[in-house]
Amino acid sequence: MDTFFQQIINGLVQGSVYAMVALGYTMVYGILGLINFAHGEVVMVGAMVALSVIQLSISYGLPPILALLIGLMVSIAACMALGYSIERVAYRPLRKAPRLAPLITAIGVSMVLQTLAMIIWGREYHAFPSLLPNGSHVLFGAIITEVQILIILVALAMMGGLLLLVHRTRLGRAMRAVAEDPSIATLMGVNTNSVISTTFMLGSGLAATAGVMISANYGIAHYYMGSVLGLKAFTAAVLGGIGNMYGAMVGGLLLGLIESLGAGYIGDLSGGFLGSHYQDVFSFFVLISVLIFRPSGLLGERVAERS
Amino acid sequence: MSINQLFLPVALLCAVACAACDKSKTPTAGGELTVRIGSVAPLTGPQAHFGKDNENGARMAIEDANARGVIIAGHKAHFELLSEDDQADPKTATIVAQKLVDAKVNGVVGHFNSGTSIPASKIYSDNGIPQISPSATAVSYTAQNIKTAFRVIANDSQQGKALGEFSTNTLAAKRIAVIDDRSAYGQGLADEFIKSIQASGAQIVAREFTTDKAIDFTAVLTSIKSKRPDLLFFGGIDTQGVPMVKQLKALGLNVKFVMGDGGQTPKLLDLAGSAAEGVYASLPGRPLEKMPSGQSFAQRYEAKYKQHIQLYAPYCYDAVNVMIAAMQKADSIDPAKYLPELAKITHGGVTASISFDPKGDIKNGVVTLYQVQSGKWHPLYTTDAEALTPAH
Repeated sequence: MDTFFQQIINGLVQGSVYAMVALGYTMVYGILGLINFAHGEVVMVGAMVALSVIQLSISYGLPPILALLIGLMVSIAACMALGYSIERVAYRPLRKAPRLAPLITAIGVSMVLQTLAMIIWGREYHAFPSLLPNGSHVLFGAIITEVQILIILVALAMMGGLLLLVHRTRLGRAMRAVAEDPSIATLMGVNTNSVISTTFMLGSGLAATAGVMISANYGIAHYYMGSVLGLKAFTAAVLGGIGNMYGAMVGGLLLGLIESLGAGYIGDLSGGFLGSHYQDVFSFFVLISVLIFRPSGLLGERVAERS
Repeated sequence: MSINQLFLPVALLCAVACAACDKSKTPTAGGELTVRIGSVAPLTGPQAHFGKDNENGARMAIEDANARGVIIAGHKAHFELLSEDDQADPKTATIVAQKLVDAKVNGVVGHFNSGTSIPASKIYSDNGIPQISPSATAVSYTAQNIKTAFRVIANDSQQGKALGEFSTNTLAAKRIAVIDDRSAYGQGLADEFIKSIQASGAQIVAREFTTDKAIDFTAVLTSIKSKRPDLLFFGGIDTQGVPMVKQLKALGLNVKFVMGDGGQTPKLLDLAGSAAEGVYASLPGRPLEKMPSGQSFAQRYEAKYKQHIQLYAPYCYDAVNVMIAAMQKADSIDPAKYLPELAKITHGGVTASISFDPKGDIKNGVVTLYQVQSGKWHPLYTTDAEALTPAH
């Protein structure tokens, strides 16, 4: 039973990470109907910027927690600026273009960011300083570290804050209006461009936070860390129903749990016939099964194809 | 922008690019003999830090050869390094291999991974181009019955055996868990390790897998913990070994952690910090300070590239020099002429005295076992020698 609880905790931590990143995908998709494939790289840039700032702050003798906070703030600001520029340069000029065009520029931006990061921070893996308390607690016989608790809490706070923002504020109402129909929203006096820019900045700020939390948990930052993570988070967003914020959260947590239980039990259950290398096969099998029965994801709305 | 406006700069660019490649294809320049040596390693992607290290080692050998002035067939040879990136990806490896063949290289040093060296070796073999891998250790690389594949490092059969004997004899492990990253290297080494364990009578209690891109291993480690092993072997590389060793400590999994040569790097110490303490790993060959001229090589490397050697740079350096020595002996840069000389050469390199067996493996390949002690890789013993210091 201890093993089972441990697998649940492993899954929740991993799932929270996926959910944080999936929110960024789903927000942009909800408003623009565009899959921002550069989002994973924004997570990476967030982690790398935070790393540089933290190293600099520590060299000036700042206390670790303060250094981490400054690092987080600077990286959120940097990623927001980056998110704004990506939208301005790569997506806005193509907003009226066929849907495949911005998809290709998204992939292009992702490659550019990855290569730039490789030039700036090098090919090396960087040790992300462990500035957070590294104690651990025993819960139902399973071990959870304080960083992992923090990841789950931050993810929950981010989701809650985002829901409040979308459903309770003026900006949120404008975002929902643009999502429904950009041209009507413009007629109603909503500044569509600024709402879309703000959405990108919000998503990128979340990505920066996620990047810092992930690097703090694994103790590693690397220019390539965004691509696999981005792919998994995108899967989570699709699983939950892309465009739906609850869907991103449910999809993220579910994907984390499926992966962890899959890797943990698939070998024993199949008598060694299938090993833990079938972890991803198992996850995608679940994804495909869900999509067969609910083509728009678990919580996705069945809406007619948007123009 | 009209089509013409767009087309003109593109056409100009193409013209310039073609002019550049035409120039580089001229075989001789002013009485000099141009020798092209290809170097292939992952220069982008998660293993790029190893790839650059390999390229640096090869470049150093090329520059040394140009500086000392090698005469082949009466001409002063000018060596050129064509460095290619295979992204540690088998598909890309065959593409760059073909590219090097098309560029008429005289020999190739690489690839870095076993998984890329093996598919590429077919292309080099079909075109008769000698290939020396500085770091591919999978047994199957030289077991394909082709004449052009060589390596200057002990293979996984030797390494897996040494690791298995070390685990069961020196560390007295009884219940052993094994994880590999499903790459040709990780899987091959893990299989050889298991073979050696089974021969000793110890028990394999868990056999788990991951991918070469994962950084979260908590699920497999939790599953392994329930099998109560006393030793965990990971067939994979340093940057994955680091999160793995941290996560197994966080999960309270109290085992001896053993890796192969992919883990025996300064990067592992650097990234894992105090979590690295007590980790065991093996490395084909001798410790740098016990190599015939390892220390002076390390000094020159660090002065030149302003960074530490990751792992295989000296092997890469030797691979290039062995190739050049064979060309000198045959007095020809024609692959068909110097290949037979390469097969029977004896060359005093930085890492060891190099000669090949009929399969292309290095003769008398040795393996050294290390443990992290006070933040440093501390050599425990080399398989052909007495124990340097007893294991803790």
